[in-house]
Amino acid sequence: MRSALPILAVLGAMLVLWYLAVAPMNMRAALDQVERAGMAVVPEGSPLRREVSVWRLMAENSGHIEVGYGLDRPRLPTPAQVGQELWKTTGAMAVRGRAWSKRSLIYHGWITLQSTLWGFLLGTTVGIIGAIAIVYSRVADMSLMPWAIISQTIPIVALAPMIIVVSSQLGIEGRTLPKAIISAYLCYFPVLVGMVKGLRSPEKSQLDLLQTYDATGIQSFLKLRLPASVPYLFTSLKIGIAAALVGTIVGELPTGAISGLGARILIGDQFGTPLAIWSALFAAAILAGILVTLLDLAQRMALKRMGMQA
Amino acid sequence: MSALALAIIFWIAAWALNVWLANSRWRATRMARIGVPVLFGVTLLVLWEGIVRGLGVSQVILPAPSLVAKTFANSTETLWVDFVQTVLKGALRGFLIGLIAAFVCAIAIDRSAFLTRGLLPIGNFFAALPIVGVAPIMVNWFGFDWQSKAAVVVVMVFFPILVNTVQGLRASGAMQRDLMRTYAANYWQTLFKLRLPAAMPFVFNGLKIATTLALIGAIVAEYFGSPTRGMGFRISTGVGSLSIDLVWAEIFVAAIVGTVFYGIMAWIERRVTFWHPSQRR
Repeated sequence: MRSALPILAVLGAMLVLWYLAVAPMNMRAALDQVERAGMAVVPEGSPLRREVSVWRLMAENSGHIEVGYGLDRPRLPTPAQVGQELWKTTGAMAVRGRAWSKRSLIYHGWITLQSTLWGFLLGTTVGIIGAIAIVYSRVADMSLMPWAIISQTIPIVALAPMIIVVSSQLGIEGRTLPKAIISAYLCYFPVLVGMVKGLRSPEKSQLDLLQTYDATGIQSFLKLRLPASVPYLFTSLKIGIAAALVGTIVGELPTGAISGLGARILIGDQFGTPLAIWSALFAAAILAGILVTLLDLAQRMALKRMGMQA
Repeated sequence: MSALALAIIFWIAAWALNVWLANSRWRATRMARIGVPVLFGVTLLVLWEGIVRGLGVSQVILPAPSLVAKTFANSTETLWVDFVQTVLKGALRGFLIGLIAAFVCAIAIDRSAFLTRGLLPIGNFFAALPIVGVAPIMVNWFGFDWQSKAAVVVVMVFFPILVNTVQGLRASGAMQRDLMRTYAANYWQTLFKLRLPAAMPFVFNGLKIATTLALIGAIVAEYFGSPTRGMGFRISTGVGSLSIDLVWAEIFVAAIVGTVFYGIMAWIERRVTFWHPSQRR
């Protein structure tokens, strides 16, 4: 907890910067609104104002700056506006018993979470099986490892619309599976690399000891390599679940999805409601935070049980 | 069906050759280290071609690699225009701006232990977030042309590079820093002669992560509006108009660009951090 104070200070500084940035970002929209309401604004008419810099507008209309902090469709909403919108679409709706309404972020978060978890499961399985193959088979090591690295340098988003098209052509209902494939693609690599490291972490002398016990290959895998890889596994799972969430959102963004946090961002863009975009972004961040924290707790518990407290 | 059978025979033969190569006495040679994965990749392509031809898969679902190659050869001009728009204008400029910004921020933050302690966890958290989601906001702020793409890329690459650089700046040992003190080196001398070189392995870690992110950012931002060129634009319109072979050609370009970009970074890394244990042969 030594770092709690610095973290809070940095967060506070970020909030202050954000609040300060709202004024210049929203100044033009604010002046437009004020002018429509019939008040005097220094260069009249928004075409004229486009010629003038934001800073001069702010200096000459300093009385109207605060309007920028309460716009309905701000270019940059204030943190308070985003917080209110978040509460309105989550907590407030849950209180009224409408948590599963299509307008609630809890519903959309749940859709995203489902795909993320499926993708995470798929990616983790592929990663672990791949790692076992790489550790035990030299051919797999030589042929798979370079392609695993290359696969991560390919921007998956280029493939995302294709995956959705192909799976809908193949008659796969719904979007959960294609999105899960995209998130598995992003998620398997950290798990693969971490597990290869973990499964190779036992020292030669430890492997030799098991040989003197006449342990079979499976026994030395289950009793030595697998337990030794657990700390590595959890570390890469934490990276993997964050990557899986990124994958799901990427899968929802460019493909015309209608539910999910990525779809909220897309719809917010199409309908010109920045608050919806911002609140969906923050909901995604909160979801990522919860998932990583849960895995962190699981890691602590598992390592404690195994006597490997980190 | 014969195409599929041929592909499967090729697969088995290539697999056997790879097994033999990997267990032969040439396995440590350069030829085998490159040959085995290349053969694996070729096998995948042959299988793909065989499945598409053998099972008569519709072009609209999955075009054969040969068709993609033909489209690629026929539309190099389009692909080049898209490459310039997305990679050279959007991704590369954003990458450079983000790199410089993150680097300057890291050096500034590093002077205060308090800020470092506060910023490292926050930066790590931000680096794990789905930041691509800011793409529509940036397109709204900076317009349809490459500026908005570069802005998305800046935001995406900033945190991984920042976090890695800050961590790297703390990598030099206390002994080494003490030595610099005994030389009466001032802050900047210590920074340039000891701490920055020591930070380079970490910095390049961040840079290599950022190369992929830069391409992802530039392409996704184009889904939200772009001039009538660019890889993301071509992909989203190609999917809509069912010119799937062109989409695959774009994906192919994206794959090559991503790999080459990463390769260049890895090459520079080897030149800069030749002293690091991980670079020893």
